[in-house]
Amino acid sequence: MDFFLETLVGGLLAGVMYALVAIGFVLIYKASGVFNFAQGSMVLCAALTFVTLRDKGLDFWSAGLVTLVVMVALGVAIERVVLRPLVNQPQITLFMATLGLSFVIEGVAQILMGASVHELDLGVVDVPVEVGPIQISQFDLVAAGVAGALVIGLSIFFSATRIGVSLRAIADDPQAALSIGIRLQTLWRIVWGVAGFVALVAGLLWGARQGVQFSLTFVVLKALPVLLIGGFTSIAGAIVGGLIVGAADSLAEIYIGPLLGGSVSTWFAYVLAVVFLLIRPAGLFGERAIERV
Amino acid sequence: MNLFRFVARLAAPLAAAATLAVSPAVAEEAKEQYFPLLTYRVGAYASSGIPGWGGIIDYFRYVNEVEGGINGVKLFWDECETEWSVEKGVECYERVKGGKNGSPVPIFLPHGDPISKALTEKSVADKLPLITTGYGRTEAIDGRVFPYSFTVMFSFWSEASSVVNYIAEQVGGKDKLKGLKIATVYHDSPYGKETQAPLELLAKTYGFENIQIPVPHPGNDQSAQWARIRQIKPDWVFLRGWGVMTPVAIKTAAKTGFPVDHIIGGIWSGSEEDVRPAGVVGKGYLAVTPFPAGQDFEILKKIRAEIVDKGKSDLKDLKSFGSVYYNFGVIEAIISVEAIRTAQKKFGVRPINGEEGQWGLEHLVLDETRLKEIGAEGLVQPLKLSAKDHEGGGSGKVLQWDGQKWNVVSKGWVASDRDLLLPLIYERAAAYAKEKGITPRSDGATN
Repeated sequence: MDFFLETLVGGLLAGVMYALVAIGFVLIYKASGVFNFAQGSMVLCAALTFVTLRDKGLDFWSAGLVTLVVMVALGVAIERVVLRPLVNQPQITLFMATLGLSFVIEGVAQILMGASVHELDLGVVDVPVEVGPIQISQFDLVAAGVAGALVIGLSIFFSATRIGVSLRAIADDPQAALSIGIRLQTLWRIVWGVAGFVALVAGLLWGARQGVQFSLTFVVLKALPVLLIGGFTSIAGAIVGGLIVGAADSLAEIYIGPLLGGSVSTWFAYVLAVVFLLIRPAGLFGERAIERV
Repeated sequence: MNLFRFVARLAAPLAAAATLAVSPAVAEEAKEQYFPLLTYRVGAYASSGIPGWGGIIDYFRYVNEVEGGINGVKLFWDECETEWSVEKGVECYERVKGGKNGSPVPIFLPHGDPISKALTEKSVADKLPLITTGYGRTEAIDGRVFPYSFTVMFSFWSEASSVVNYIAEQVGGKDKLKGLKIATVYHDSPYGKETQAPLELLAKTYGFENIQIPVPHPGNDQSAQWARIRQIKPDWVFLRGWGVMTPVAIKTAAKTGFPVDHIIGGIWSGSEEDVRPAGVVGKGYLAVTPFPAGQDFEILKKIRAEIVDKGKSDLKDLKSFGSVYYNFGVIEAIISVEAIRTAQKKFGVRPINGEEGQWGLEHLVLDETRLKEIGAEGLVQPLKLSAKDHEGGGSGKVLQWDGQKWNVVSKGWVASDRDLLLPLIYERAAAYAKEKGITPRSDGATN
């Protein structure tokens, strides 16, 4: 039982890390209906910029601030140069544009900042703490705390600020929002900037966990089932989806993997996501589209 | 003109050109030896590749500029980017196999386990030897069945056996292995599974418990696997990772409380790029390698003086000089150059072709005397290749990370139990031959 609990808790905490990446997707999708495939590349770009600045001698907070400016500028530039000219194009066109964008960001980031693997030390001691009969990673607890703070912050931003309310209005009905004077393009720039900030947070935590290297982009592979389960338009959904994927992955790896003679966590989350899709096509917290027929 | 006739007309001159490119007559006229390099300078594994290409190119430059070439035949090369993908690797192979500027290709370095496996049969048809140092199909040690594949120095089976023998050294002898638990945490891929068969045999022979734990690609979350390790409580962990899997494993081990100095990484889990991202918790981590790190080997000192200090190094980041991957490149280049030199003794001092390169490899002898002449004593293990033995060495050194650099902690090269493993390897090669309808060459085959 202790082992089951430890596996479950480890999985839940890993799921929070997936949710961090998924939140970036949700922000963009919620505001513009674009599935931003380049979110993984933005995570890599943020972490790479941060460690490069640290290597150049900047202290932690200055490097973080400059990286934040770079990421917000990148988000705004993507909106201005790539997405705005494609307004009113089919969704698949916008998706393909972000797919191409991800390769551009990865390639340019590697040209400018090199392909070396960097250590990223956030000063969090990663030794286990004993909680009753189980061990929990301190780093994972900190990551969960950061993710929780991010969710609360973004929830307040969306519900209690004028910008947030405007963003919700755009998400609900862009035409109606425009007709009452909401400036769509300004808000898109803001939301891409916020997505850049989320990418920075995810990049720092993932980078500290596995080193800053190209494979950071692979974390999106785990964010996809999180989105399918939690829904594409809910930040809380991303967290719940992350927890479900993390826990299910870990338990499946331990209890189903040995029965099948191999690792299962590359695909098990997707099986789970398909099951959820069959039951709730919009995800657990996603908004179901209501259309007049 | 119908399409078939058009293609036929187009193909005829192309085929003639391709034949010309490899014909010995033209090769004899060429003054320089072409040596194409498959590289991955971009993509997920670029950080592992870049120091290696630096090692190869710096050694080639050293041979050209200091030694005047291989017996006067200078090397020239170009790169083909694969991003470590099989499709691009095969495409590069097809593009360069015909040679360049009248020079044929003597030896081909696939630089990627999946690429090497995809080229196994093509290389036989094209008579172009593949060197797969520290990777590739283990059965290819049997050159009677695999005449053009050379798993030189250290196969994955030897890797596993060297690790077990190092553990035996630590616990006081092979008889003390009985009852130990050795868990292999492996990349869940054909590469990762390569050591399952030898470990099964070694466990049966020495009586240790053999536990296998897969990690799915890319391995950026291993909480479940290390929770299992915590439950099983093995005495040692043999880590066979690739890319991000290794630092994540070290970090996850530390946070689950498993002692890092009881984890022994395999060949591709034992570089600076693997341990640096793990930070302070990587201190004490062990790894077995045929590519010992260090800058104090004589040949490294010469390369530094003649190439690096004169600003001619291929390395952009000179911190990688003398690293595991840089030395991998130097070692691979030394073996290639020495095989060409051996072939020149039989076929003449000129650019040689693949068939001649294969002969050179099968007659390659790098004994202590020759290694001392090159300045590679301690860097390259003594090698003697033959048709029956395309590996030749089978030993690795065990390194330990001190937080800044690797230090050799084994007593010299740790030999593998080749006498125990080879019969099973030959048995598997024979089964492959039967399946593919290959008639094995004789033990003393000369080509």
